[in-house]
Amino acid sequence: MSYIPHTEAEIKSMLAAIKVNSVEDLFSDISPDLRPKSFALPEGRSEFEVMENFRRLAAKNATGLVNFLGAGFYDHFIPAAVDSLADRPEFYTAYTPYQPECSQGWLQSIFEYQTAICELTGLESANASLYDGGTALYEAAMVAVRATGRKKIIMDSGVNMVYRSILYSYTSNLQIEFVETPVVHGQSSREEIFRVLDDRTAAVIVQNPNFMGAVDDHADIVDKAHSLGALVIQSVYPLALGMLKSPGETGVDIATGEGQSLGLPLSFGGPYLGFMACRKQLVRKMPGRIVGETVDRDGKRGFVLTLQTREQHIRREKATSNICSNEALCALRAVIYLSLVGKQGLRELCELIYRKAEFAKTMFERVPGVEVKRSSPTFNEFTVRLPQNADSVVSRMIDKGYACGFPLGRFYKGMDNYLLVAVTEKRTKEDIVKMIESLEAVLCA
Amino acid sequence: MRLIFEKSVTGRSAFSVPRCDVPGEPKIPRKYLRKTAARLPEVSELDVVRHYSNLARKNFSVDTNFYPLGSCTMKYNPKFTERIAAMEGFLSLHPLLPQLRGGGLLTQGALEVIYQTERLLCEITGMEAFTMQPLAGAHGELTGAMLIAAYHKDRGQKRKYVIVPDSSHGTNPASAAIAGYEVIVIPTDKTGCMDFTEFKKNLNQDTAAVMLTCPNTLGIFNSRIKEICDEAHKVGALVYYDGANLNAILGKSRPGDLGFDVVHINLHKTFATPHGGGGPGAGPVGVGEKLVEYLPVSRVMQRPDGTFALSYNHPKSIGYIAPFYGNFSVILKSYAYIMRLGRQGLIDVSEKAVLNANYCRVKLKDEFDVPYDRICMHEFVISASRQKEGGVSALDIAKLLIDNDIHPPTVYFPLIVKEALMVEPTETESLQTLDRFVGVMKEAARLSREAPQSLTQAPLSMPIKRLDETRAAREPRLRWELDSDNR
Repeated sequence: MSYIPHTEAEIKSMLAAIKVNSVEDLFSDISPDLRPKSFALPEGRSEFEVMENFRRLAAKNATGLVNFLGAGFYDHFIPAAVDSLADRPEFYTAYTPYQPECSQGWLQSIFEYQTAICELTGLESANASLYDGGTALYEAAMVAVRATGRKKIIMDSGVNMVYRSILYSYTSNLQIEFVETPVVHGQSSREEIFRVLDDRTAAVIVQNPNFMGAVDDHADIVDKAHSLGALVIQSVYPLALGMLKSPGETGVDIATGEGQSLGLPLSFGGPYLGFMACRKQLVRKMPGRIVGETVDRDGKRGFVLTLQTREQHIRREKATSNICSNEALCALRAVIYLSLVGKQGLRELCELIYRKAEFAKTMFERVPGVEVKRSSPTFNEFTVRLPQNADSVVSRMIDKGYACGFPLGRFYKGMDNYLLVAVTEKRTKEDIVKMIESLEAVLCA
Repeated sequence: MRLIFEKSVTGRSAFSVPRCDVPGEPKIPRKYLRKTAARLPEVSELDVVRHYSNLARKNFSVDTNFYPLGSCTMKYNPKFTERIAAMEGFLSLHPLLPQLRGGGLLTQGALEVIYQTERLLCEITGMEAFTMQPLAGAHGELTGAMLIAAYHKDRGQKRKYVIVPDSSHGTNPASAAIAGYEVIVIPTDKTGCMDFTEFKKNLNQDTAAVMLTCPNTLGIFNSRIKEICDEAHKVGALVYYDGANLNAILGKSRPGDLGFDVVHINLHKTFATPHGGGGPGAGPVGVGEKLVEYLPVSRVMQRPDGTFALSYNHPKSIGYIAPFYGNFSVILKSYAYIMRLGRQGLIDVSEKAVLNANYCRVKLKDEFDVPYDRICMHEFVISASRQKEGGVSALDIAKLLIDNDIHPPTVYFPLIVKEALMVEPTETESLQTLDRFVGVMKEAARLSREAPQSLTQAPLSMPIKRLDETRAAREPRLRWELDSDNR
């Protein structure tokens, strides 16, 4: 019996203690008419056989592609120590740290994670993590609605289309009014945002760098929004904050984002890591778990889950959110990653990635008929216009061993020839040069 | 223990930045750059490794301790599934690949995992279709509530209420409220089940859904469950099954056969994926026939030629609820677990989980009040109210367990039982472990009569004693401050 320790003799003695004759007697509340109509599952297999089966499945997936595909989810290098530490079973086989005395390892790690997120974003408070960057953005929008008592949200269309869709799905029964504003020359349209921004607006939501890779400075939007009592929410790429102006320096009220770039594998879409940081005044409106510092009976420092009166297990239908499980193990990976990379290392890593991406731009520009969009600065991802349909070019490049980027036409009307290209520290000069050679061949064919 | 930030030494570094192999020194205009660097730790790799290794040792976990945390199903998580999740063919796969033209062929193994797990969960629960996207149990509940809303909206109905029993998990009312519903709470009757008369009194044409956990958080399987589903359907309401306690009924009953319209499953409970200190989990949602068309996009379909593909053309879908296809590596581990155990293995899971719970219940009932003393399913609730009269609370007992290397049961939940201790041993624990737990609990009962003071001091064997939670909430310190005094 797999993972079940009971011997026949033990089962007998336990049944005797319970004073029933058989295990089936324990299920007598489930009368015959409530029993399964079917339970036609395959019989179990040995560990070896199951492993073999998954080796076969894993081999059906392509791992050899040279990756320039990003669109919010990036192929960064993960130091070995991240895996080694996060794979400790005292971390991964624990539950939410409800009992602080026997969970100080988890609680302190999350406290350190919250500190690291505050430092990266330049904001004062952070929670213990959320599911992913998209649901974190939705939660931030709801914080703004609660904090302002308003129901209108201005959404920049530079925000990842999937994230926008998640927000629209979640709020479809809540009478929230969304106004979407366009991206002009790669950047958030001030003209349009300032036109629709008013004293009914709960928040303006922007992304930096935006989905097309453009880096922006949203400080002017913050000033205008604050003058009308609205909040600004910025979805950010956390790794890029080693270099780019932080949400705190920009003056935004809430920062969220996808933490996958901080030491998490791509893993076909999850688990990922939603993070959220905000100004101090908003902390009691935040969703999710929060760890705080306190002292024990001897005055010794310790950590606990705190501000729990916001949460579903206490407040039930009046809670700030329904979140129970979050992504603690992913948050642990992030704080270990950030500790390993360190203050100086993060800056150097960002510089390197930026230089590689800029080099890739110059290489694209050598290809006849290809135009690199340069109206805004970019960090690691940029947009190029191809002389042909990007969808088809991407498909032909796959045959040559390259995931050369994301065809923007999939998310944006009228951008069928545009390709979004991502570069990480893992792409060598040779990778870039050879990819460009293949692209030239594909475009000429 | 000092924080990793407090171990920082200016100029120290653990990271090896790859060599720059490209020419040029481009610059981003200064206005876009950050002015002050994030004050991340400046430490060596050994500093980091030793720090987090030592922190790990300060946790109780399933691998190191008995962990009978009620409603959380802290069973043993087999090691081989971790190795599967770490296979390169899964680990390095970009989630957008199958959305590129021609990319679907490059991810057939991953799409097959999702598709086959859906099919297995359909058979286990008796539902028609599943979405694997919800990223946690509560996320599944919200998805379910959105499906229910879409269903009623499609029928031109604006139903306002969701009914939950007072024994429900807090996530149920919270999820219903977030989906835009008002919550009606039904009390529990003497048998530990939702009061049927009160339920019927509150059920009407404005009821959108009834959300139930079955067995409920008292560990009781409501034998009138089918009747409840039928009554709800009569007024056009839907019935939601919270699968947190599915570990009790594998092969014994299926929500789909009972009449439930929507279910969520916690893969990180019943299907043995690790909880990771509070996540990642996964909360796939299954639906009956009438809700299939509202499931979130994308969906994974099998083509006539046997290959798998994503499909987006579902006009009545509630849309996107997660960025991709769910917490893929969690799905992967649960698929491996189901394949390893198979039909009989899963039946064994529930039988032994229920056996272990009843054994502990019977052994403890002389020393503790059991408010609903009857055959239970995979968990049961005892009350320390007798001990409370002598000045010892459920929390004190929990802390004594910690001193005995046992993770406490869930305390003060469900809310309807005073001084509640909710015990879920799970099937993977041996008789010897259960006996030891029972022994410690009896010792706690004895001490609470003879030396109550000693209990209120526990735990004494941990790195810290009881913490001042009031102070933590009143003066929140949620991050390390550079200038804070080092204690």
